Amino acid sequence: MSRTPHPLRSLPWKLCACAGAAALALTACGPGAQGGGSAAGAKVGLITKTDTNPFFVKMKEGAEKAARTAGVELVSAAGKFDGDNAGQVTAVENMVASGVKGILITPSDSKAIIPALEKARAKGVLVIALDSPTEPQNATDALFATDNFKAGQLIGEYAKAAMKGKQAKIATLDLAPGVAVGVQRHNGFLKGFGVAGNDPAVVCSQDTAGDQSKGQTAMENCLQKAPDLNVVYTINEPAALGAHTALKAKGRDKDVLVVSVDGGCTGTRAVKEGKIAATSQQYPLKMAQQGVQAVADYAKNGKKATGYTDTGVTLITDRPQDGAASQTTAFGLENCWG
Amino acid sequence: MTATTYTELKGPTTARRLLTAPTTGPLAALLLACAFFSVTTDQFLSGGNFSLIVQQVMVVGTLAIGQTLIILTAGIDLSCGAVMAFGSIVIAKMAAQGSLPPLAAIALGLLVCAGFGLANGLLVQMVPLPPFIVTLGMLNVAFALTHIYSEDQTISNLPAPLTALGETFPLGYTDITYGSLVTIALFLLFAYALGSTAWGRHVYALGNSPESARLNGVRTARLTIGVYTLAGLTYGIAALLLISRTGVGDPQAGQTDNLDSISAVVLGGTSLFGGRGAVLGTFIGVLIVGVFRNGLQLMGVSSVYQTLITGVLVILAVTVDQISRKKAR
Repeated sequence: MSRTPHPLRSLPWKLCACAGAAALALTACGPGAQGGGSAAGAKVGLITKTDTNPFFVKMKEGAEKAARTAGVELVSAAGKFDGDNAGQVTAVENMVASGVKGILITPSDSKAIIPALEKARAKGVLVIALDSPTEPQNATDALFATDNFKAGQLIGEYAKAAMKGKQAKIATLDLAPGVAVGVQRHNGFLKGFGVAGNDPAVVCSQDTAGDQSKGQTAMENCLQKAPDLNVVYTINEPAALGAHTALKAKGRDKDVLVVSVDGGCTGTRAVKEGKIAATSQQYPLKMAQQGVQAVADYAKNGKKATGYTDTGVTLITDRPQDGAASQTTAFGLENCWG
Repeated sequence: MTATTYTELKGPTTARRLLTAPTTGPLAALLLACAFFSVTTDQFLSGGNFSLIVQQVMVVGTLAIGQTLIILTAGIDLSCGAVMAFGSIVIAKMAAQGSLPPLAAIALGLLVCAGFGLANGLLVQMVPLPPFIVTLGMLNVAFALTHIYSEDQTISNLPAPLTALGETFPLGYTDITYGSLVTIALFLLFAYALGSTAWGRHVYALGNSPESARLNGVRTARLTIGVYTLAGLTYGIAALLLISRTGVGDPQAGQTDNLDSISAVVLGGTSLFGGRGAVLGTFIGVLIVGVFRNGLQLMGVSSVYQTLITGVLVILAVTVDQISRKKAR
């Protein structure tokens, strides 16, 4: 390009006119024909929060397997980060445009996604929430998920039993404010342990976004604040492993009880190695498989799945306690994800 | 000597101009992508789908207008997405839970965003500080304020005027949102302002060389502050479009929109070194991203490949810019 001033001045207008003409031509084409009919070849959409978290990777794997079995085609998409509502809205719209029979979604924002889901349902698309419910829950046709309150409650009961009546000083490493999954697990844990949210036994509460390095920082800060803490509840295993690193640095990893939720393979191995005392294992594979099957059924006979299906949760530990039914890490590793 | 001077004054031929204009490459890429997806999927080539793509890019597109202005002055704005998120929370919360009537809430949101732009401009011009640092700081300030003010709650049940731009009207077989029209109108407005007014020439001059612009009588300080403020105002409009599109005030919104808007500007052929580019190129840039995202989804290709392709295209665009700058010298 030369130093001639403003060769662009006229060009953009030409481009603009061309684009306008193209748009008009396209408008005249009208809407394309939509496919449909039997289950064979029907499209199923899967939209996860991100496509990097092993939980969602496993979920997608389960969905792909189920899709092959049911003879349907799986298309998938994800937000760019946990909380990326706009990305999920775009994915819903594009999937509806591509003529999917049903959409399986783990909503990043339980409220903000609803208008997009309503539009999809209005076009006859079956919408099923996986893992996390929308608020209100009936904004989707059905929900296949872990009972997160129960997941928290199981490790709460376990921790209570493991403390054997000793005075507990609890740190909670939480998810983020206002996120339903985090609140449910946190409250479930407290219920299981038998303490109220404002109980002085809870000496420290920090948000970690479920991230290992943030979990470590949070644990370091909690140890600074309350050096004599002895029970750590963590939102998930990455946060628990971060906590373990911080505890080990202070030489407290042997006498502080760390409990967690998820049952990922890395997390379950950490239970086996004793870094985490116990974890509540959930089953993303099942959520996806049942979700795909439900859409295939809908494509076949027009019957929509409804209501809530609990995909189950199991307490995994190698140090079982009386009054807290559990499975060993051998079972956990057979059924883990990620 | 005289011969060369003569050629330079006359400038390149029209054909050469078309080939070397910064928007030609991006436009070719967009048309190629459209052709590719039209052949590979049945659902791509329809008015409804094109309307959808424009809807999907209108928020980042509007942010990218402000970003283009700033990048033309050889600046950069990392705070745009966060400022927009704060603006959208202000509008949503004031209208839904505060006592302001919807239109007043919208006006306040626009003012707040323009205020952030003004603050950026003042810091860049008056202290002076590098735009990268100023807007990086402002990104964190706006992000934090968004979460503090919203108390991390999504705001729903918004009054109708806030989502009016998300409503559609039929054009032939196609439903078009009013918001898409707002975005397109803004692009045309700024294309005119940059291409055909003295103000526009001054913006290019400032980006090419602040010193010579100043010596030629451009009030560079006022211009810089004005550009950042105006960019802030476009983020406010983007905030309103965001609300109308999602129907809620979402405190998590816009976290990657700063980089997305910069990608769109670069994809559209505007030089990160300032002084060279066009705002309609930016429109092509956001459409390229939107077309790939939509088309690959229709083809059933996983979303991570959409990110991969955007990355490759951005690098390609910068390379082309760098090479053509070298040739120009």
